[in-house]
Amino acid sequence: MGFIDSVTTKLVDATNWARKYSLFQYPFVTACCGMEFMSVAAPKYDIARFGAEFPRFSPRQADLLIIVGTITERQGPALRRIYDQMCEPKWVVAFGVCASTGGFYQNYSTMPGADQVIPVDVYIPGCPPRPEQVLDGLMMLMDRIQRGEGHNQVVIANEKAARQAAKRGLSFDVPAAAIRPRTEASKG
Amino acid sequence: MAQIVLDRLTAQFQAGEILATGSQHGNEWARIRRDAWVAVATFLRDDPTTKMEMFIDLTAVDRFSTEPRFDVVVHLYSVSLKHRVRLYAGVPENDPTVDTLVPVWAGADWFEREAYDLYGVRFKGHPDLRRILMYPEFVGHPLRKDYPKEKRQPLVRRAQQTETGD
Repeated sequence: MGFIDSVTTKLVDATNWARKYSLFQYPFVTACCGMEFMSVAAPKYDIARFGAEFPRFSPRQADLLIIVGTITERQGPALRRIYDQMCEPKWVVAFGVCASTGGFYQNYSTMPGADQVIPVDVYIPGCPPRPEQVLDGLMMLMDRIQRGEGHNQVVIANEKAARQAAKRGLSFDVPAAAIRPRTEASKG
Repeated sequence: MAQIVLDRLTAQFQAGEILATGSQHGNEWARIRRDAWVAVATFLRDDPTTKMEMFIDLTAVDRFSTEPRFDVVVHLYSVSLKHRVRLYAGVPENDPTVDTLVPVWAGADWFEREAYDLYGVRFKGHPDLRRILMYPEFVGHPLRKDYPKEKRQPLVRRAQQTETGD
């Protein structure tokens, strides 16, 4: 039992190591932050050094959703659907203050932060942020991925533990609410 | 510059349709009685001395606590004669309607939808007066001065109980 557990742990470490160096991003670009995003992707700052250079313009092929710019209330359902379409495990970065909190837009149309509709792993401040800040945020996210602390990684781990406990007929301290109903979007 | 337009207007409409005219910073304006809105616009488009072929902009102003409360503003330009003019029509709060300019300039379509969406001014005879910027579920007209500044009308929010990861 102990031996199996340690092998599994090492496997998770190796998988997370591979995941953090091969992020396929889906850039959800809505506003002026997109210019800084291009700068991050261009050769001078070169996000490719971190293995995250390949934007997929389909959420089904991406595992990192980068929200670049202001999100309006009207865009909320679209953003939620894009997040639901991404394959697990998945991560979300809010790029700039608008995506993080709504920024200086405090009005009827602007959503006060993308985390109103989807969970966000890393918030990058700035209006817009410098490319260095973005790379710093990306490295923070990579650390979280390695430790298995991305929001979706935790959800998956809790689900797995709860399922195994249910299979063994054990009571386990993961609440039943942690097991999500299987939807079309979350089916592997 | 476009004083000739105002002169032509006041000469043509003498039954009180032109409530006031003026010029500020080189821009001429005229305040039109609401029921003459389309007649004046059609005249300005067709008359050979004015020839306002080009519809530039249409919007509304909320002059809260004055009467009439709303102004509908239209900006016109003559491409051939190179002059421009600005027209106002006062619209009261208890009957916020004005005739549509879509038959005169087709380009007024989306501008009138925007003014309806954000200010709640109804354009009588508009072919498709729906909201254009806000979503259909939105209640009220957000650019009115009495729309609460902090009010939000979200379409979706996270289901908090299933998100255990952060």
